[in-house]
Amino acid sequence: MYEKDGEKYFIVDSHMHYWDASRENWVPGRENLAKGWIDCFYGYHQLGPPETQWDYEKYLKYSEEDLMRDVFEEGHVDVAIFQSTYLKYWYTEGFNTSERNNLLTEKYPGKFITNGRFDPREGDAGLKQLEEDVKRYNLKGVKLYTAEWIGDSRGYKLNDPECYRFLEKAQELGIKNIHVHKGPTIWPLDKDAFDVADVDHAATDFQDLNFIVEHVGLPRIEDFCFMAVQEPNVYAGLSVVVGGLMHARPKFFAKVMGELLFWVGEDKMTFGSDYGIWEPKWQVEGLVDWQMPDDDQYADYPRLTTASKKKILGLNAAKLYDIEVPAECQLPTTADEPMQPGEELVKDTAGVQA
Amino acid sequence: MIEAPPGTPPTVWAALETVLDPELDEPITDLDFVESCTVSAAGVATVVLRLPTFFCAPNFSFLMVADAYDAVSAAEGVTRAEVTLADHFASTEINGGVAAHSGFVGSFAGEAVEELDALRAQFLTKAALAGQDRVARPLVDAGMGPEELAELTLGEVPPSPDLDRLRERRAALGIPHGDDAPLLVHADGTRVTSEQVPLHLRRARLQRVGIETNGEYCKSLLASRYAPGAATTP
Repeated sequence: MYEKDGEKYFIVDSHMHYWDASRENWVPGRENLAKGWIDCFYGYHQLGPPETQWDYEKYLKYSEEDLMRDVFEEGHVDVAIFQSTYLKYWYTEGFNTSERNNLLTEKYPGKFITNGRFDPREGDAGLKQLEEDVKRYNLKGVKLYTAEWIGDSRGYKLNDPECYRFLEKAQELGIKNIHVHKGPTIWPLDKDAFDVADVDHAATDFQDLNFIVEHVGLPRIEDFCFMAVQEPNVYAGLSVVVGGLMHARPKFFAKVMGELLFWVGEDKMTFGSDYGIWEPKWQVEGLVDWQMPDDDQYADYPRLTTASKKKILGLNAAKLYDIEVPAECQLPTTADEPMQPGEELVKDTAGVQA
Repeated sequence: MIEAPPGTPPTVWAALETVLDPELDEPITDLDFVESCTVSAAGVATVVLRLPTFFCAPNFSFLMVADAYDAVSAAEGVTRAEVTLADHFASTEINGGVAAHSGFVGSFAGEAVEELDALRAQFLTKAALAGQDRVARPLVDAGMGPEELAELTLGEVPPSPDLDRLRERRAALGIPHGDDAPLLVHADGTRVTSEQVPLHLRRARLQRVGIETNGEYCKSLLASRYAPGAATTP
């Protein structure tokens, strides 16, 4: 919990990792891909405040002690949700697997939620594995990395028929939350790999599942917003938005937050630190202190109140994951309840509101 | 302001300035994507491009290398061009494909099924929407309302680099861009009605915020990737 000016904030870090990108874990012959991946992450890391940056060697593989200190002792987080990313094409034991994450979930009861994964390209064996994982990890959510390479395939789409089999199975097994990472190099390469149209289809066809688009579809935030405004069960995962912009590009952070508040709304935005890309401490403290600038160019964006910050920092995600929130931190939130589509947003506004 | 690498002839730099990053809608020269550029006595231009990350999307990367190849090949004093992309997971395929004129499908045999014209048009359409915000915003700020905005033509807008840029994007898309074309149009070039103006401008601004935020990200990532002494220097 984070307390500031007498207000208590229950913090759910809905998107974080415990990764191993150490050299020992690089698949022989694919070292360039393994290094390229973590180097790319390290580039993002350097968008945080200088005093929070790690040296490259620590960044490759951080310890359990580092994580517990950075996230809970110093980072104000109450509950952290592990999002698994396998990437076994170039990390021998995987980058950030449910198995490895779950070691900490078991060791520190109540602190973590382990999210699983599936990949429709694994067919019946994958479905069976998903069933086992649900039992083993008590899964309520999965992270789907649609751009992951397997063999010659460079990814899949959520609305592939084979993926629908998995979504049906997930629903049947009691999974509620589908976190989607939109990333580079989805097959076929000639299409826009960040396209979120597949989330649109799946969200329409699976109304009882929540789809949390991580990184708010950056770099296609416009496609994401146009889609999310029409889909009551689509959420904006703020990982990368806060970490990558709040310190490095504060004006753009304000604009992106303004757009998200307008199109998606404060009940459907969830904080994620993306640890170890960035530590949660400065992100939580910075977001609580943050205000939309007074300058004219931000004048018609919605404002963040203390209540909206409480929702975004924890209450919305707590609702999605049925996490118990202490009475002193509670507020009503409509996360997980149907909302109105987009035309409503400007219908009753007089004149030009651009 | 990014300066040309040492030894770059002005004509070749000018040619590179016409090459856009399709996603960011900015010239590759402004984005610091040109790592080196030299021209030999025999007129052979050798250009090396670089990108913000190892995993930048191969389709857009391919377009930039191919467009740079075409632009530099046509520059005055250049007899032959060699344009390559450095430090990228698909460098080999892209560089080989562009040099052999084998197109995107030929360069990524088995992984790509279409050339990139539709993709390029999709991003030009985004750029043309964002451009409407750039041009219309000062007018909105000055108090112009939906009725007037819906009637406004490009010829009635005060001249500006943003207006020129918008016209160029529309011309590339083949939608009206002359003086009598409306300023506010849908993706297909048809006029936005006064009732549609508020939502249209909201969308145009969101589009601009999206593209410009990506640009900021990419510039930051490139700067840390190639900073002197960076741990991640390729």
